[in-house]
Amino acid sequence: MTSGNLAFAEAMRQINPDVVAAYPITPSTEIPMKFAEFVADGRVDTEFIAVESEHSAITACVGASVSGARVMTASSANGVALMHEIFPIAAAFRAPIVFGLVNRSLGAPVNIHCDHSDSMPERDSGWIQIYCEDAQEVYDTVILSVRLAEHPDVRTPVFICQDGFITSHCYEPVEFLSDEAARGFAGTYERAYPLLDVDNPVSYGSFVMSEDYFEIKRNQIEGLNNVPRVYGETMRELAALTGREYGAVERYMTDDADYVVVVMSSATGVAKDVVDSLRREGVRAGCLRVRVFRPFPADEVREALEGKLGVAVLDRSASPGGVAPLAAEVKSALYDCETRVPVKDYIFGLGGRDFFPSDARRVFDDLSSGNFEPGVRYIGLRDKCAAAEECVI
Amino acid sequence: MSGSGLLKCWQDVPPGTVTFGATSREVETGLWRSMRPVLDAAKCVSCLKCWLQCPDASITTDSDARVTGIDFFFCKGCGVCAKVCPAGAISMCPESDFLSAPAEASRGASPGKAGELFGA
Repeated sequence: MTSGNLAFAEAMRQINPDVVAAYPITPSTEIPMKFAEFVADGRVDTEFIAVESEHSAITACVGASVSGARVMTASSANGVALMHEIFPIAAAFRAPIVFGLVNRSLGAPVNIHCDHSDSMPERDSGWIQIYCEDAQEVYDTVILSVRLAEHPDVRTPVFICQDGFITSHCYEPVEFLSDEAARGFAGTYERAYPLLDVDNPVSYGSFVMSEDYFEIKRNQIEGLNNVPRVYGETMRELAALTGREYGAVERYMTDDADYVVVVMSSATGVAKDVVDSLRREGVRAGCLRVRVFRPFPADEVREALEGKLGVAVLDRSASPGGVAPLAAEVKSALYDCETRVPVKDYIFGLGGRDFFPSDARRVFDDLSSGNFEPGVRYIGLRDKCAAAEECVI
Repeated sequence: MSGSGLLKCWQDVPPGTVTFGATSREVETGLWRSMRPVLDAAKCVSCLKCWLQCPDASITTDSDARVTGIDFFFCKGCGVCAKVCPAGAISMCPESDFLSAPAEASRGASPGKAGELFGA
């Protein structure tokens, strides 16, 4: 039995990265904590850099990565926010950092529990974003991501997101590869234009004005455009070792479903349980989990949802004054459908507010009753204007 | 791609913002200049204070370390040289006074143009 954090750290131990620079923050603390133990015990060769802030942590990671080192780190919440300035630089430098992002709500108010308000603001930073449902998936995704991020056609850093405490701290059975198999799969990192190649000196991030900036950014975007192909190839190769394969989306009983709930990360388990219950009651319910959020698998989402009678999108973060991130992406993906698919957006679970089966059931009830009035609904929120039963948490 | 033909399309730029060194030699920062330092050789005593202080290494000298002039390809017209000159040998004049006489050095094309920024 292990937790999401410890599964992440175990994958790091097996891969034995060259450099880890980290500044621990709840709930991702255990990742650098456990890994520092591996360093102290001589179980890895990694240069562990204990820095004075998250900004320094990610900056050291970028420097090490472009020097030719294989690099990993982890953070959460406001630690992630403090790193924000450096994320687009890491992506532009094509620094394939593997990052354990343990989702925690952004303060204020200070809150240590899960929502996606820390990772979602980074969705345009040029990184790959993968959201894991459980600890097993976290482990598998770390092994996968090293190869995905470093692939010559991708060369893009990756956030491996897991839900704070729910996934990061709960213990569950996790199968590990042998050290040899994990290291064999990960291979070695070959950087193009490493900074420490003093015989072939290069500069990174030089001053570039309007004559060339646009071309450099477009070139960078191609790395993300290549992810679906490389992800598929790499995932199939890993699945041959593990027997477990994860797509960019997970379709749970969506094929013949009338009503589908779209959700990410750990809350998917609740939604799937309710789908099972509703199926037994004769309701054609389904659940679509979005696992890869960047690049967004719009084609797969559209394919899964086209023709449905109703779709509910459950976001674990808000975009104040706008449409929440997942809902915005799903609606955008459905724009090309011949027939409009009714979509209702919900916000749930902010600051670790529990998401119960009764909540998921109420969402399906909304869909089957044709309740698609405009505006977002808040699940489990105490609200003077809401029906009494919705106020019980 | 429009322009000189030297600029690369997005498919051809190296990944990761990489450039291959010494690109500052190709950037004509002189095009940023609105005030031009004018040297009065008769007053100059070649004390080299301007040479020492110039942030763009634009004061030119001969093999005997005597000031010979100003490299207008790089000089941004900041005026530090005129400020530090103890002999009053450098005066700052509006660039518009020289419209009919372009800067003697003009190897670059535009303020951000970095020549063959991405190497051969």
